[in-house]
Amino acid sequence: MSTLQRLTARLGEILDRDSVITDPVRLRTYDCDGLTYHRATPGVVVLPESAEQIAAVVRLCDEYGVPFVARGSGTGLSGGALPRTDGVLIVTSRMREILEIDIPNRRAVVEPGVTNLAITEAVRDRGHYYAPDPSSQQICSIGGNVAENSGGAHCLKYGFTVNHVVGVELVTPQGEIVELSDRDPGYDLLGAFIGSEGTLGIATKITVRLSRTPEAVTTVLAAFTGIEGGGRAVSAIIGAGIVPAAIEMMDALAIEAAEAAVHCGYPEGAGAVLVVELDGPHAEVDHQFAAVERICRETGAFEIRVAASAEERAAIWKGRKSAFAAVGRISPAYIVQDGVVPRTALPEVLAGIDRLQEEFGIRVANVFHAGDGNLHPLVLFDDAVPGQGERAETVSGRILDLCIEHGGSITGEHGVGVDKSRYMPRMFSEEDLDTMQLVRCAFDPKGLSNPGKVFPTPRLCGEVPGVRRGVHPLVESGAAEQF
Amino acid sequence: MSADADLAACGTTVRPAGDGDAVAGVLPRWVALPETTEDVSAVLRVAAAHDLAVVPTGAGTMLDWGPPPGRCDLLVDTCCLNEVLEHAAGDLVTRVQAGVTLGSLAETLASQGQRLVAEPPLEGSTVGGMLATGVAGPLGFRYGTSRDLLIGVTVVLADGTIAKSGGKVVKNVAGYDLGKLFTGSYGTLGVITEAAFRLHPLPADSRWVTAPFPEAGSGDAPDLAGTLAASVLEPAAIELDRPVPGGGMLAVLVEGVAAAERAKAVQDLMGADAEIGEEPPSWWGRLPGDDLLLSLRGLPAALAATLRVVDAQGARLALTPHVRGSAGTCDLRVALPTSSDPDRVADFVTAVRDGIRPLGGRLTGVTLPPDVAVDFWGETGALGLMRRVKDRFDPGHRMSPGRFVGGI
Ligand SMILES: Cc1cc2nc3c(=O)[nH]c(=O)nc-3n(C[C@H](O)[C@H](O)[C@H](O)COP(=O)(O)OP(=O)(O)OC[C@H]3O[C@@H](n4cnc5c(N)ncnc54)[C@H](O)[C@@H]3O)c2cc1C
Repeated sequence: MSTLQRLTARLGEILDRDSVITDPVRLRTYDCDGLTYHRATPGVVVLPESAEQIAAVVRLCDEYGVPFVARGSGTGLSGGALPRTDGVLIVTSRMREILEIDIPNRRAVVEPGVTNLAITEAVRDRGHYYAPDPSSQQICSIGGNVAENSGGAHCLKYGFTVNHVVGVELVTPQGEIVELSDRDPGYDLLGAFIGSEGTLGIATKITVRLSRTPEAVTTVLAAFTGIEGGGRAVSAIIGAGIVPAAIEMMDALAIEAAEAAVHCGYPEGAGAVLVVELDGPHAEVDHQFAAVERICRETGAFEIRVAASAEERAAIWKGRKSAFAAVGRISPAYIVQDGVVPRTALPEVLAGIDRLQEEFGIRVANVFHAGDGNLHPLVLFDDAVPGQGERAETVSGRILDLCIEHGGSITGEHGVGVDKSRYMPRMFSEEDLDTMQLVRCAFDPKGLSNPGKVFPTPRLCGEVPGVRRGVHPLVESGAAEQF
Repeated sequence: MSADADLAACGTTVRPAGDGDAVAGVLPRWVALPETTEDVSAVLRVAAAHDLAVVPTGAGTMLDWGPPPGRCDLLVDTCCLNEVLEHAAGDLVTRVQAGVTLGSLAETLASQGQRLVAEPPLEGSTVGGMLATGVAGPLGFRYGTSRDLLIGVTVVLADGTIAKSGGKVVKNVAGYDLGKLFTGSYGTLGVITEAAFRLHPLPADSRWVTAPFPEAGSGDAPDLAGTLAASVLEPAAIELDRPVPGGGMLAVLVEGVAAAERAKAVQDLMGADAEIGEEPPSWWGRLPGDDLLLSLRGLPAALAATLRVVDAQGARLALTPHVRGSAGTCDLRVALPTSSDPDRVADFVTAVRDGIRPLGGRLTGVTLPPDVAVDFWGETGALGLMRRVKDRFDPGHRMSPGRFVGGI
């Protein structure tokens, strides 16, 4: 019997039979996340219902030295939830309860499998919402959001998951249940855990901050003949001291795709559209809207639409939100890239992407969070044409090089996962990566929690070297506190 | 070679320490004055070779925060790491060396109409000091604290390793966020040498609305701070100053083009006694005391109940606690009268801790004389993990030893 089989045989001590999946056909439904070209059938899948069950499963993994991977809704775009054939996949889909809603303290406590949107839906009629809004919010789980430090269109003004999570209960890779709270003294392990892509343990309970629904929201769609005009408008808006809730841009090809897919009715002849959303107190929003409208005209917008109702707002967002899926209408296959550049470098980087398109004969549709320089180039190709897939792959990689050259990042929100671990050494030195590895070793000395993700080469942790000095052994062991 | 000789040869100015260099009463032997991250690395390599205990310092305004170090051989003074490396106004980002003072940074940024919204409570504090203590200012209520604004960091570890994480873009999820780990680590993981922050535009206009703080002693006074915090008027900060039980003032900051108009609406909420001003009250963003200072973090809806615990223990021990800080987030500082009896202070700390724990509150020391026999930091949820992090980053326990939770 393999180690995994021996471990699997003992799962019955922890879980019901219907919470353990070993049937090969059912296992295959978990073989990838949103990055479908990486696939691996998990050794075994478990569907726990509590932190205690997860802790017990993880302790078994620790005992047998078997790797484990957490999975929420499987919408990740970097292969973060790619299973291990020799490991356990721990799926949180049966942990979907909202445990507590505490409006006076503006927080909610939820299980990790709760979807992002479910939180907002639970508190909306009490004038609150959960701010981070990834486009996948109807399905993605809060546990996955915590692992990826997910953002959304509105993070320009409101920040990311890490700015809205105030507590996490986690199962460490050694199987302990630990509480991290923003009120507790000590290291900000909460901040270190968020965005660690499942490599530091499994979140089993999450306390999120709720935000007040703004008094006013205004959404503006501005159409430009080319991407340059849109870029100038973004710079001028930021330069005027305005921080919109969101500034999104789409280029001609992305607009074409969105029209084909959802008939969003964006202005004809637009070489670029800008979606600007302003929110806050009425008096502020009215003022900012006047300024944004003026700036868009001055920078060459040939048409400006303003959403006067929730339906009109939805119509404006429809094209943007469907953009990823929409390119399927104009191309048999595509790669979704996620890179970041300083916002002021956008024009240069977009010109660079144009050059890559010419050089490799590959089309790229650009959709981006223009306010914070987060690009989502969609690299289009036809897998029936020999060599195109490889060329698209090259273009996609070269775009990341452009981002790094301009002082940016290889990922703004989709994470490193398996997809980009090989690019990490282009952004970070060996010392940087070794230092990050120290955090990993503190949480996961055996390297069992989602191994092979984020970091290019697995390293062994080893014992803690050196001598202890300066602190009494009793204090060290926690038996006494230092006064 | 001796430590003296190696320090002299490491390429950085190192001078013998004097009385003014003591860290919470502990006198180091040397003070190093590095000018670059590489200098810091060279100094720390020497310290590692000679098993020297190291404490980093900025302007020293908060150097006495936390318990005294168990030992301290070398003070690494970042005063000469004082360059603003970049202010990319169009990107709303700045990159600075850790010794830059927040005052001088504010001037640089203001020349382009921008600001870093984190403001520590003391004049002259440096970026490194603000990060190491994780201290928050009033605007933390709306914009988050320094950990939320930090987008990249360069640090030097105990063995001289130079490491960075993040970068200079606001949105970035590549790799672990070492900045979060170092923010609030009180110098126990290494020396922060550079930091990059996201910036905000300076507000077009500001108003402060002040009114007496309604005490909720009877239980039926409305939760004014809570109402304001959840208001669509979106105050930028909600601060409380309460020099004696029952005698508090609440001050609310409103920022924006329409600040004057919104301040009137805030005034209506705050009642007939509320006044609108164009300047902050004198106590705004300042500490309520300096030598017997505590930090209290609670749940905002439990503010009144939390204050009742503080009052009751103050009355029992004949100590008058001065409470000041954010009523919006319930992140408060409590000062006890200078030269209070150490045993009574210890009793107060323990009793308040016990009283606010069921309310979700935590009380920690900020500055406490060594004769106050109480656990400085109090309980924390993940001490085991924290020790493991410390052991990995600083296996010799030479960085600010003993200054942090659980004696880390
Ligand atoms: C159409 C589409 C649009 C998207 N738009 C956005 C967007 O706008 N912004 C954005 O940021 N992302 C976006 N994403 C990416 C994705 O939705 C997010 O990364 C999301 O947070 C993943 O959540 P999930 O529950 O699907 O996680 P999964 O894909 O199941 O897992 C993601 C990672 O989290 C880990 N994980 C899952 N649960 C836990 C847990 N409880 N504890 C510890 N680790 C855990 C996994 O091991 C894995 O590494 C989009 C994806 C799609 C398909």
